[in-house]
Amino acid sequence: MNSVVTESGQSDVRAAVASPVARHSYPLLGPGFQALFYKECLRFWKVAAQTVVAPVVTTLLYLLIFSHVLQGTAKVFDGRVSYGEFLIPGLIMMAVLQNAFANSSSSLIQSKMMRSLIFILLPPITSLEIFCAYVGGSMVRGLCVGLGVWLITLPFIPASVLHPLWVIAFAAGGSAIMGTLGLIAGIWSEKFDHLALFQNFIIMPLTFLSGVFYSIHSLPVFWQSLSHFNPFFYMIDGFRFGFFGLSDVSPWLSLSVVMFFVVLLSIVAMRMLATGYKLRQ
Amino acid sequence: MISASTVPAVDLVDVNKSFPGVRALNHVSLRVEQGEFFALLGPNGAGKTTLISILAGLTRADSGTAKIMGFDTISDYRDARRNLGVVPQELVFDPFFTVRETLAIQAKYYGVTKADAWIDEILHHLDLTDKANANMRALSGGMKRRVLVGQALVHKPPVIVLDEPTAGVDVELRQNLWTFIKRLNREGSTIILTTHYIEEAEAMCSRVAMLKKGEVVALDTTANLLRGMAGITVQVSAAALPPAWQQRAETQASGAVGFTLSGYAELESMLAAFRDANIAIKEMKLGEADLEQAFLRLTSKEAA
Repeated sequence: MNSVVTESGQSDVRAAVASPVARHSYPLLGPGFQALFYKECLRFWKVAAQTVVAPVVTTLLYLLIFSHVLQGTAKVFDGRVSYGEFLIPGLIMMAVLQNAFANSSSSLIQSKMMRSLIFILLPPITSLEIFCAYVGGSMVRGLCVGLGVWLITLPFIPASVLHPLWVIAFAAGGSAIMGTLGLIAGIWSEKFDHLALFQNFIIMPLTFLSGVFYSIHSLPVFWQSLSHFNPFFYMIDGFRFGFFGLSDVSPWLSLSVVMFFVVLLSIVAMRMLATGYKLRQ
Repeated sequence: MISASTVPAVDLVDVNKSFPGVRALNHVSLRVEQGEFFALLGPNGAGKTTLISILAGLTRADSGTAKIMGFDTISDYRDARRNLGVVPQELVFDPFFTVRETLAIQAKYYGVTKADAWIDEILHHLDLTDKANANMRALSGGMKRRVLVGQALVHKPPVIVLDEPTAGVDVELRQNLWTFIKRLNREGSTIILTTHYIEEAEAMCSRVAMLKKGEVVALDTTANLLRGMAGITVQVSAAALPPAWQQRAETQASGAVGFTLSGYAELESMLAAFRDANIAIKEMKLGEADLEQAFLRLTSKEAA
């Protein structure tokens, strides 16, 4: 190795720095993914009272009030399932979806507003790693809240799980969709108000009109057919099938719709990350 | 195999960058060798931060190439970024974490897992040891700035870029910070800094580039830049001025007049002119030329 004496007369000791020219090999999901995924989980876990406990409590209130008011009046699946039981999977899924969206979107918008996003833009983290870490973190939060809701409602209305695999598939697919949508919304939004637009005009209406609180078969024909264009309907209907083996449409159709949206939104999000849309100038 | 030491630490070739309505960088070429302590000077809006952003991959150049330790910042971005540590100018932090968590997470982004000992050392040198477990929100501005320096160093990058690193940091702590950065430089790291404190650049940097309106207007060793311009300044209090010197007088505060001279030989002839004109000098003050003057002169050239 050459030893160069710089202008100031100091002898150069580059050998102290680990050979920098050596090219590194990188796995598909490397340490950057692990660290960012860990950070995303740690971030919501540090404020779990707000990010996990609060939504669980809110959902429990929905359950107690709606099942109390509507028990006996609302008939679902021709009375084969009590309204309270019917309500539980819908509420769990609603909590999963809303919290998965909230995690990636609020994490991103906060880092953007605080300008601390630079900390993940400077290291050698790939678009795929950023994508997987944010969506993964969202899924963990969504599933934590969903599990919390399920556990806390058990003593009130024990809901049996007939097909656990369907339950897991729809919980994972639904939270992946919403985590990805949150990522897209977080990148697109420039301030909290923009994110609120997403939440108030897309997430909330689609959730409430998706059959969380009712079976769409009880709706007038027009609204019934309109519901079939709501992707949230399929997520909730398929999830519910996992509990009772009863659903408004075939779980395979619901699964196909969920998979379609996972792929579609992932392509959009990956494209945004790869081009540096609103992240790198 | 290429010897590591022959590759420039930073190599910018004909870099151009425009933002709507602004030509931020105009055909900038710049090469910084390994082990250098290099300063990037220029008034606000000269393009320093844009240049750093292009090196860091935060901004894409419109044309031209940027390499860190031989790695292209776009096609080899991961290797380029592994070799670079950047202290951003903006005082940013993640309010969810403590100082130690912030540093540990940043290290993990680079794949540095067993970083505890190095993080302890960083904390020590940045006078942050007793704040290690404090939340980022609880820190003063100067402390947050030092955490930013720490975050840039967690992966022991061979090239370290500091964008205004001492803004808002106390004088005493600034000294500690520079001692630490000088040590990193002695141990082989290449240091590139932008600073408003020209005396800092003068005291530490072996080479200086001056930017103005997106162009490199001067690029030389600090010593040459100082030699290349007028050697000394002199302030004179006198009742009148010799006619030949009236043109060159620069008005100063407190009624004195200042002159910029090429050296002591010119000072001799100036004094002779006073003697010949029979003007008594009441008071005289000599000063060495400094980078600030070189800087002002170069950056105001066009206006003159």
